[in-house]
Amino acid sequence: MSYKTIIGLEIHVELKTNTKIFCSCPAEFGGEENTKCCPVCLGLPGSLPVINKKVIEFAIRAGLALNCNINERSRMDRKNYFYPDLPKAYQISQYEIPLCKEGYIEIETENGSKKIRIRRIHIEEDTGKSIHLEDGISLLDYNRSGVPLIEIVTEPDMNSSKEVHSFLENLKSILEYIDISDCKMEQGSLRCDININVKNKDKNIETNIVELKNLNSFKAAVRAIDYEEKRHIDLLEHNRNTDKETRRWNDIENKTMKMRSKENIEDYRYFPDPDLVYVVVDRKWIDKVRKELPELPREKVERFKRYYNLSEYNARILASSKNIAKFFEDTCNEVENSKLVSNWIITEVLRRIKEEGIEIDKMKINHKDFASLMRFIMNKTISNSMAKKIFREMIITGKAPQEIIEERGLKQITDNETINGIIQEVLKSNSKSIEDYRNGKKKALGFLIGQVMKETGGEADPQIVNKLIKEALS
Amino acid sequence: MKLYDLTAHEIRDMLRKKEVSCREVTENILDRIAKVEPYISSYITINDEGTLSMADNIDKLIKNGEDLGDLAGIPMALKDNICTDGILTTCGSKMLQNFVPPYNATCVERLYNEKSILIGKTNMDEFAMGSSTENSAFKPTRNPWDLSRVPGGSSGGSAASVAAGEAFFALGSDTGGSIRQPAALCGLVGLKPTYGMVSRYGLVSYASSLDQIGTLTKDVEDCALVMNVIAGYDFRDSTSVSGVALDYKEALIQDVKGLKIGIPREYFYEDIDIDIKKAVYEGVKVLCDMGAEYEEMSLPYTEYNLATYFIIASSECSSNLARYDGIRYGYRASECKNLNDVLIKSRSEGFGEEVKRRIMAGTYSLSFGYYDEYYKRALKVRTLIKNDFAKAFEKYDVLITPTSPHVAFKFNEKTRDPLMMYKSDICTVGINIAGLPAISICCGFKNHLPIGLQIIGRHFDEKTILRVAYTFEQNTKYHKKRAVI
Repeated sequence: MSYKTIIGLEIHVELKTNTKIFCSCPAEFGGEENTKCCPVCLGLPGSLPVINKKVIEFAIRAGLALNCNINERSRMDRKNYFYPDLPKAYQISQYEIPLCKEGYIEIETENGSKKIRIRRIHIEEDTGKSIHLEDGISLLDYNRSGVPLIEIVTEPDMNSSKEVHSFLENLKSILEYIDISDCKMEQGSLRCDININVKNKDKNIETNIVELKNLNSFKAAVRAIDYEEKRHIDLLEHNRNTDKETRRWNDIENKTMKMRSKENIEDYRYFPDPDLVYVVVDRKWIDKVRKELPELPREKVERFKRYYNLSEYNARILASSKNIAKFFEDTCNEVENSKLVSNWIITEVLRRIKEEGIEIDKMKINHKDFASLMRFIMNKTISNSMAKKIFREMIITGKAPQEIIEERGLKQITDNETINGIIQEVLKSNSKSIEDYRNGKKKALGFLIGQVMKETGGEADPQIVNKLIKEALS
Repeated sequence: MKLYDLTAHEIRDMLRKKEVSCREVTENILDRIAKVEPYISSYITINDEGTLSMADNIDKLIKNGEDLGDLAGIPMALKDNICTDGILTTCGSKMLQNFVPPYNATCVERLYNEKSILIGKTNMDEFAMGSSTENSAFKPTRNPWDLSRVPGGSSGGSAASVAAGEAFFALGSDTGGSIRQPAALCGLVGLKPTYGMVSRYGLVSYASSLDQIGTLTKDVEDCALVMNVIAGYDFRDSTSVSGVALDYKEALIQDVKGLKIGIPREYFYEDIDIDIKKAVYEGVKVLCDMGAEYEEMSLPYTEYNLATYFIIASSECSSNLARYDGIRYGYRASECKNLNDVLIKSRSEGFGEEVKRRIMAGTYSLSFGYYDEYYKRALKVRTLIKNDFAKAFEKYDVLITPTSPHVAFKFNEKTRDPLMMYKSDICTVGINIAGLPAISICCGFKNHLPIGLQIIGRHFDEKTILRVAYTFEQNTKYHKKRAVI
């Protein structure tokens, strides 16, 4: 049997404007409960919304970066439903005419690049937050109420968890590049709902679409899709179908669980908000935003390949995050060895910051310290392996490489005589390896070099060791 | 004449000439309230705390020769759906019986800056839904001209307070006639400004696209003075209009020479009291004697006004009033088992019958499958009605109609059949649908009960209707008559 998985996404992104969408309360995350509210975002009787122009600008930025058409006239609508964290009992959103429509993101797949179409992007307000206590009491925090959001809706163009992952990575990177959101899933500034079903291509039957919620990371999204994919296929194989429902991803139990049925669709009674006027965006404004757009990830990859002579793979990793790319370029402005710098960032730097659980711009050292480390490698003051040790210490202590080298007396041994002495010692106690080497076992050479390096505490210049050991064995 | 019988501009003149102190004026009003309020019940809240010291302050300013505004030191009343910081704002509803707003409506802020003295918050039909003030959750208000009759509504308390001498002017809100109809029934001048002319910020919404704050005064000059304070752009209301700043006092001139008056036939149909029709035509004749010309004409879509109004107003109200859930403020039912219980019980117990009727009707017309047939169609008809007026104003400077099809009616006369009550707004709702300005002035009496004449103007042309109304007043004496209690 051949199955095809069909996936579409709805992504909510909190915009990092200074103030909320309809009032002048701060829009930042966190803070003491109910301290960032006013009559407007609390929906007090008589209060009225006035739209924040910056929100429209940020959404246009997103629309342009995601290749959308911008509607010059869009409208704010009310989505009506009762819930205590929604203080007006309606959410001001866009329904009939969204601000942006018909865009796409390109992703890389095994079969080359693929366009994932974006149906629409609209602006709306976030709700407050309910905090449910164990004793049945619910508390409400309205700090988030009125924080601006964009909702990005894709077409059902993705067919695997891998594609979804790569879509999300690309999207996040673009949104970070255009600087409109923190994109922190764990803080809820990027939230992703997934619509999924599976088609049996032979029998031409398909499961009902299921919506997945509560995905707190890209990893959770991938696992939830994999789980659902299997569940849908299992049901199809037993001639059964999924229920039209919303399911919740349980990260601890590693499975999706029914949240609510979608058989009786809720009627939100959308209608144009009479308190607000049309959102009118003229060509001039759109052109201005377009002109001010920064270089986007794809453009950066091409430039890195061209200018720094990097491979597609390396360029993509470096350009995947705006801050990594910046760190790379800043370093390259200091030292002229983009290959060394890119290799170092892709391997050592990314590994260490992952271990430390920090972002590249939150490292204790800056690109200047990193550049001087690179210079020490380039002028052979230290070896690559010494540099790794030094870098680890730099990351932890924030010290400059010069300081660490001096403190620990770390300097590469480049003196032939010293190295030869150690080589002789090593050869004496490893006659078996010498024999192996002479019998054509090339591996033995590596072992011997390793022994020499070990003896010098990694401080010998490996190239010199290599050369001298070969001479000694010939 | 007693002080409380005078107009705001007369009091202003006396204050300026130091013929009376602000304290005397304020005390006079408070005494009047103490005397007549038991019969009239204009107010839900009387703001007597600190009012006299405020009056003393103003006297001091006058003594110091400070340059004060026209309405400084003038006692005023506000409809109880206009938010006042620290002062109860109930909307005439059990739902908000304990609601104290933490902020002032923009118009309140402006009146405070003018140094007008807030005397109290007035009774009203619950959430401004009604035409007699009988829908107040608290009490009925009586018409000062005849205590067995209603003052009209929904701004009945505001109208009664001014007509009974309990305030010199009042603000009301007008969604389908709620200022003009009580003005007509209480013999006052009631202006509903162009939509967007007065900020709605702080006016508790009933139907956002129709609501407009306006004035209830004893004569046209007072109307101009109040408008001078409250009209104008407000950044807090997206629907408020910028760039129109006017001195309405400029409109207080006698001049209707060559003015073209349209008399829409549809507003004189058989249900309109014959004596009202007569009085309105006589009013038109007064203007024609001063040089105006009139012509009967037609607004063909008039018959759809009421239906269109009720669909749009109830749809918007169903959403606007959804926030009253008993969670953050307002009435909360006791003994609720769960969230749904809180919502359903609080709303069932907190709202009155008429409010619930409109919420249900509005919810229905916005529902999936009915939206196109009701709400969307109503919006289309709204455009046709607007076009009707736009075409009329190509030819006429103002339109004149009766304000109300009848004079003040008896209590419970129209409460049994909601449709009967709705028809009370038959001459006024069209103007809200089109967003136009209109004023009601007194043009006669039937059995001692006032009759209202409505002058409708072009968008943002309050000046013309004020000028026409002023000219009428200068040549008649109806506005000088006071109710005797």
